[in-house]
Amino acid sequence: MNIGFLHSQIRADEKLLLNELRSRGHNILKIDVRKHLFSIKNPASELVDLDIVIDRCIAQSQSKFSSLFFCKYSIPVINPPSVVENCSDKVKTSLLLEHAGVPTPETIVAFSAESAIEAIESFGYPCIIKPVVGSWGRLLAKIDTRNAAEAIVEHKATLGHYEHKVFYIQKFINKPNRDIRVVSVDGSPIAAMTRTSDHWLTNAAKGAIAAEYDIPKEVLDLVKKSSEVVGGGLLGIDLMELDGGGFTVHEINPGTEFKALNSCVEPDVPSLIVNWIESTVNSKRGNS
Amino acid sequence: MTTTHCVECGSDIILSEDVETGEILDCDSCGVELEVIGIDPISISKAPELEEDWGE
Repeated sequence: MNIGFLHSQIRADEKLLLNELRSRGHNILKIDVRKHLFSIKNPASELVDLDIVIDRCIAQSQSKFSSLFFCKYSIPVINPPSVVENCSDKVKTSLLLEHAGVPTPETIVAFSAESAIEAIESFGYPCIIKPVVGSWGRLLAKIDTRNAAEAIVEHKATLGHYEHKVFYIQKFINKPNRDIRVVSVDGSPIAAMTRTSDHWLTNAAKGAIAAEYDIPKEVLDLVKKSSEVVGGGLLGIDLMELDGGGFTVHEINPGTEFKALNSCVEPDVPSLIVNWIESTVNSKRGNS
Repeated sequence: MTTTHCVECGSDIILSEDVETGEILDCDSCGVELEVIGIDPISISKAPELEEDWGE
């Protein structure tokens, strides 16, 4: 197959995928998103024979916009722009999950500092404030007091990007020192892990300890439904266990990393991802 | 084994056989993050600073 590999910085995850793709004899065209020029008319000549493009850009803005061009060029892209859009914008993800009846943390969005404080007070303390776009647990705040709320909201209102003035406020979930990451392809899990930390943030990027997780039926169902809601594709779906039993889906990652998962589970994660990529190309060929 | 030097502190950087253009490396000596910007010949630079929309 002729596979376009859209990238910026190459992490261990991208190397795992590239090595797996090359070991199977696929022709890989690396496309550095920072260097490629995207015309609204036609694809560059080196792109025309591609069977598929795998988007592994590290910046969500690059994924969001560049994937639009592959759609325009009629070149399938993993993940499609609608999936990137649905997942990288936390407001959109929350709305979609809620609409589909997937349990997700109670969330309020406010557009001024005053209404943000009102939303925080309505949840009580602690509660969580997150940037609408962001990852790796960065710029998330657990707010324990009114004083902290006022300081954080004032900082967000004053500093940085205009999106920080969209206050995304979430009820704090008292999870058992861990959350769950399921990597799935079109709703079918490839593997899952728990991420355990003494810190309230349990992202692998924050140093949480990864361990293999046997997926119960309830989580299987939630992963399938969550994937459907955002449009499928290759996803990292994050869930938390609830105090009284059950689960809540708090995040869906459209550019999921999997090196931590691959290091703690028996299945070969990049191999299973490439199996799915190959079957996706073959089914598109069969349909055309 | 291919080696190059850290652009920040000059220490040796050992590259794997399957080094990729765009790959991110850490300098074991000074801790700076580096990006491989060419492999024939090997060329590295300081990696860009983390941006707000980076992630998964």
